[in-house]
Amino acid sequence: MSTIDKAAGGVGNFADDTVGASKIVNGFARKIFPDHWSFMLGEITLYSFVILLFTGTFLTFFYEPSAAHTVYNGDYAPLAGQGVSEAYASSLRLSFDVRGGLIMRQVHHWAALIFVAATVVHMIRVFFTGAFRKPREINWVIGLVLAILAVFEGFTGYSLPDDLLSGTGIRIAQAIILSVPVVGSYISFFLFGGEFPGEDFIPRFFTIHILLLPAVMLGLIVVHLALVVIHKHTQYPGPGRTEDNVVGFPLFPVYMAKAGGFFFIVFGVIALIAGLVQINPIWAYGPYDPSPVTAGSQPDWYMGWLDGAVRITPGWWEFTLFGFTFSMNIFIPTTVLILFVMTAGALYPWIEQAATGDRREHHLLDRPRNAPTRTGLGVMALTFYVLLWISGGNDVIAHMVGLSINDITRFMRVAVFVLPALAFVVTKRICLGLQRKDREKALHGRETGRIVRLPHGEFIEVHAPLSEAERWVLVQHDSNRPMDVEDRLDAGNPNSLYGKVQRRLSRFYFEDRVEPVTPAELAAAHHGHDTEIESQEHASIEEDGGNAAIATSQKYHG
Amino acid sequence: MSEIERADEAHGQGSTALAKSGSGVPERFENPGLPPHRHRLGDVDPQAAKRAERQVAFMLLLSVLGSIGVIASIVGIEYNGGWDRISTSTRAIGLCMFVSLFMLGVGAVHWAKTLMPDDERIDYRHRQRGTTAEREQAVAILKEGSAEAGLGRRPLIRNTLIGALALFPLPAVFFFRDTGPLPGNSLSETMWEEDTYLVKDPTGGRIRAADLSYGTVVHVMPEGIDELEEPLNEKAKSAVLLMRLDEDLLTPKSAEWGVDGIVAYSKICTHMGCPVALYEQQTHHLLCPCHQSTFDVTQDCKVIFGPANRPLPQLPIRVDAEGYLQASSGFHEAVGPSFWERG
Repeated sequence: MSTIDKAAGGVGNFADDTVGASKIVNGFARKIFPDHWSFMLGEITLYSFVILLFTGTFLTFFYEPSAAHTVYNGDYAPLAGQGVSEAYASSLRLSFDVRGGLIMRQVHHWAALIFVAATVVHMIRVFFTGAFRKPREINWVIGLVLAILAVFEGFTGYSLPDDLLSGTGIRIAQAIILSVPVVGSYISFFLFGGEFPGEDFIPRFFTIHILLLPAVMLGLIVVHLALVVIHKHTQYPGPGRTEDNVVGFPLFPVYMAKAGGFFFIVFGVIALIAGLVQINPIWAYGPYDPSPVTAGSQPDWYMGWLDGAVRITPGWWEFTLFGFTFSMNIFIPTTVLILFVMTAGALYPWIEQAATGDRREHHLLDRPRNAPTRTGLGVMALTFYVLLWISGGNDVIAHMVGLSINDITRFMRVAVFVLPALAFVVTKRICLGLQRKDREKALHGRETGRIVRLPHGEFIEVHAPLSEAERWVLVQHDSNRPMDVEDRLDAGNPNSLYGKVQRRLSRFYFEDRVEPVTPAELAAAHHGHDTEIESQEHASIEEDGGNAAIATSQKYHG
Repeated sequence: MSEIERADEAHGQGSTALAKSGSGVPERFENPGLPPHRHRLGDVDPQAAKRAERQVAFMLLLSVLGSIGVIASIVGIEYNGGWDRISTSTRAIGLCMFVSLFMLGVGAVHWAKTLMPDDERIDYRHRQRGTTAEREQAVAILKEGSAEAGLGRRPLIRNTLIGALALFPLPAVFFFRDTGPLPGNSLSETMWEEDTYLVKDPTGGRIRAADLSYGTVVHVMPEGIDELEEPLNEKAKSAVLLMRLDEDLLTPKSAEWGVDGIVAYSKICTHMGCPVALYEQQTHHLLCPCHQSTFDVTQDCKVIFGPANRPLPQLPIRVDAEGYLQASSGFHEAVGPSFWERG
């Protein structure tokens, strides 16, 4: 036995004696994870969170969470001698006087932007593949809560340097709080320790940013990942993959190397961006003062959709009743909108469950085309989000393309309602079309691009039959049908309100559908054409399929 | 293969289970099972494996160089003394960190992809839901436990327990009482009052009416604001824009509250409190850069576009004996964003 083996044995022995390491290794080391690029989106989220913890800790060593008045006397000449807050002065010191301070700040800021972005893209993946279905409903809700916490975490973070841009953001946040009916003024005074801006919000936001929210998020992330382990990861459909297995590679050593390596890749790329691309140059904005502002003020990207919602809401939504002001022009596009999006998102798994009447566990992911209504709804929500986001940059866009900002705003007021509905219809149609294309391919094989001229002059394209494995991907899914009264065991009582809603929902979801090809259909399709195909294959009077127009227009099978 | 088939049947694909139709053709396709494994070059060719090994080692070596580079950049590049040095240092550190971290990551992934086994393996899943026996056992345990606790038989304890549990977090809310004062009237009041002089912001100095030419706009604060304990709080409310227009363009009320076409309006947007910083001299429009609410000075700062609802409040002004501008009273209404008690 070599020295290394002996040492490893000693460590292993100690770990087993003290924490039962052998059981942990037996249970987890060979756990199988499936492979797919889209599963790495959640990893990016996790890794950027870890990077944020590292870099954030470094920043706290130099940052002074205080609004106390001081005079800047550092190296940055344009601000020399100016009265600023301790928070602002220490942020400048951190950037200009601490070796590696600027890159740490920039890594932190870029990681934060990427963290929220990866969260959103990960959620989009989970939604469109139906990964939120039973038994993962709770994990979907946890993810949703994490996403909104990430936004608040980002906002409290970029507020801390106390520069002009972040102060303007806080001013807007305070107006959002003031618009809350009945208790708005009180919440604002308690949060800010009195009038805006006061001197309390910086230490308070600091505690919220570095302690409260990260602790809650870390706890939720632990639960989120624990549930991934308990449920085992979902997998995309394919030959050999079933609802009862998970096909992939073992955690040790393959995923330790792959996932561990990916952490360093993410960290490395963020460091590269942070080293080369400037972000949030607070020295250029100047210290916060509530009376000036710069034109073209833009929040960090993830706040953009709320800013856009506020920009396009007309002022007349505000009214006075019984001597009280109802600022619905602010309250609805901010607080109500967030609550609505959160509630709709959190309830979605159960809404779809009501429509399908399906209480089974699902571990095989849907191809988005195979759930046309869900995919349509998802694209509808994304369209709504993106339109609000665009509205948040209406001034920048007006400036760039030379349009009237008023016209853009008026257009958006209508567009946020019309275009998402349109997006739903179009997406659903595209999905159904893709399903038909899948059917076509499963029935008649794949287009080879080889054009053949028959003796009587007709051109046809030769189709190559699919392998069993190729075909399986196209035909493996279930196609839900609208619920009939006696159709499903768990369909609600047809006379109750829930039963009626459930049936309508079911019709809405599954009225338009394309069934996957069955073996009988395949057999029938082949029966009609087999001899023809064979004879052509053998005759091999083929030419190169160089003419793409002919290849697509002259399909062998109509 | 048989494993998979059994699993499929056990799972029961709902209404489309693998029931055979009359003709002997199955109703649904059957899962063909895992395709045969295809070996990588490295699995069959020892030379290719050796090459992959060298590639991984090369990447890890680059990472080592990157790490040394990070240290060298921090220690070796002078940081203080100008933007150029800070910028050079930041770029160098960033690039070296990239090499150090990225190459480590790519090396590990390359190792996993070329040299670690790539034959797909299978784990079996178990339903989250317990078997009937397990569920019955759990229910029995819970029933037995609650019977032992006697919650059903002792409603007095149950009800007081609910009460105690409901109430105990409530005091926590009251601990927050001193996080701030009550709003009182402070949202409705500013330091402007009769005789307060208007001074230029940020240079300071009173303003003589005669010095303002047509088309000028001046940022104005109440005199004495810098002596306050928390001047920013007051600046967030008291900032005023002073403009001089042709008096005929103004509404009668506007003109009356001004001096010879000089009018003072709150600079704090009635929408969300941003400073309404953009004045278009030609159209006499004030534009808020945050959400583009547009106010028309010739219509008493009425909202003509955007999400704000209320006009900017006007500050009544006059001139003192020496011709300096001063407020003839405070604002007649609350400035800034709306709030519930504003009315």
